[in-house]
Amino acid sequence: MNQAWQWLTRPANWHGSEGIPIRVLEHLAYTGIAFGLAAAIALPLGVIIGHTGRGAFAVISLGNFGRALPTLGLLVFAYVLVTSSVDWVIPLVILAIPPILVNAYEGVLGVDPDLKDAARGMGMTGRQVLTRVEIPVALPLIMLGLRIAAIQVVATATIAAYIGLGGLGRYIIDGLANNDYAEVAGGAIVVVVLALLVQAALLILQRFTVSPGLRGQARSS
Amino acid sequence: MSWAWANRDFLLGLIGDHLVLALVPIVVGIAIALPAGVLCARFRWAYPPVLSATTILYAIPSLAFFMILIDYTGLTRTTVIIPLTLFSLSILIPAVVDGLRSVPEPVRQAATAMGFGPLRRLVTVELPVAIPVIIGGLRVATVSSISLVSVGQLIGIGGLGYLFIDGEQRFFMTEIVVGIVLSIVLALLADSVLVLLRRLLTPWLRGRSGTGRARDPGLRAAATGRAGERRLAGLQREKAGAGAGGGAAGAVSTEGAR
Repeated sequence: MNQAWQWLTRPANWHGSEGIPIRVLEHLAYTGIAFGLAAAIALPLGVIIGHTGRGAFAVISLGNFGRALPTLGLLVFAYVLVTSSVDWVIPLVILAIPPILVNAYEGVLGVDPDLKDAARGMGMTGRQVLTRVEIPVALPLIMLGLRIAAIQVVATATIAAYIGLGGLGRYIIDGLANNDYAEVAGGAIVVVVLALLVQAALLILQRFTVSPGLRGQARSS
Repeated sequence: MSWAWANRDFLLGLIGDHLVLALVPIVVGIAIALPAGVLCARFRWAYPPVLSATTILYAIPSLAFFMILIDYTGLTRTTVIIPLTLFSLSILIPAVVDGLRSVPEPVRQAATAMGFGPLRRLVTVELPVAIPVIIGGLRVATVSSISLVSVGQLIGIGGLGYLFIDGEQRFFMTEIVVGIVLSIVLALLADSVLVLLRRLLTPWLRGRSGTGRARDPGLRAAATGRAGERRLAGLQREKAGAGAGGGAAGAVSTEGAR
């Protein structure tokens, strides 16, 4: 740990194209791209399936199956199959989809039927019920899905350094290759800090987006 | 296929390794989560801090976790087993707490009225009633654990992960695909074993319609991630003055009914 601290405080590690700030930005960029793509696919799908109730079995099976996928296996599979510099996108997106999809689906499905009845009784159309009632009420669960997906993506982007991706995983993979434990541990600490900051950011976002009336979450009765 | 058959003994060895690395954390995890969950269900103030701690641990990327531990536990199996155990806690402790809270209040009162003390009531009534939810959590934790083990191969300890690293270095797709398929099959098999276990342990639920996974309250609560966060929210709501009895238990049972 001492070595790691020395590595972290060495000024040379904070400058240049392989410095910590650049690596952090790279890591955030990969994470953002994969997370954005996964959310763009999974959020509308999960919300619509929860709203219509059609395809529920597929969502639950997919959620189960997604958890069973081995991260490292998918990464090397994509690496050998695609052999281009965007090989990492596919596994990251695939791994982030199930948690977003399942939670969006469960969230919308779990909205109290009385609420939906009341909304309809007020003259809302199906679309209005969805956007003004179901999605806001489901938001805490939707955000939980996004947070789990973010954990997954940050972690997998780290491992993707093994197939040549930049970002913070580089320190770990290169350090292991060079038997430089200070670099390995230093890089690992930066990854942990980044992962926790991403979670904190999403929690703050949740604080601002979820209606104050729902702070207590998921009314069940 | 022929490659897998020709190397069957070697693959069996990897599968054995993989199972040890994945399942030891689950066994240790449930051994910690049961008492911890019972305590958290009993002393409500203890649950939010425990939940926050496991949530933070869960957010740590596995690879980084392994690397930090190398300094203390070296390149041993322990380095892989400790993080997986801690990850499993973030699923198992909420599952135990949710399970205990899913016990209907009348059942609890009936047991008390029959003269059961707190310990006997816990062991013979509350825990058995909580089994579906607890096993739902175990299923999620077990499947995740099996899929995560292979990352350990980056420090040389990863069961089937060996096939990924070796396959990548030799650019040999068959080996990678065999590794992925075996890993998924192991996870789904372990999942089925747990479903079977739940059927055996809860004979009173048999014959009821809707034992399918879509209606499995335990799995559904756990499937959305760490169900505990919802329960935590439920707790705050109760604090805010809503009815205590129906709150947490109601959430799980209504989920099951929908």
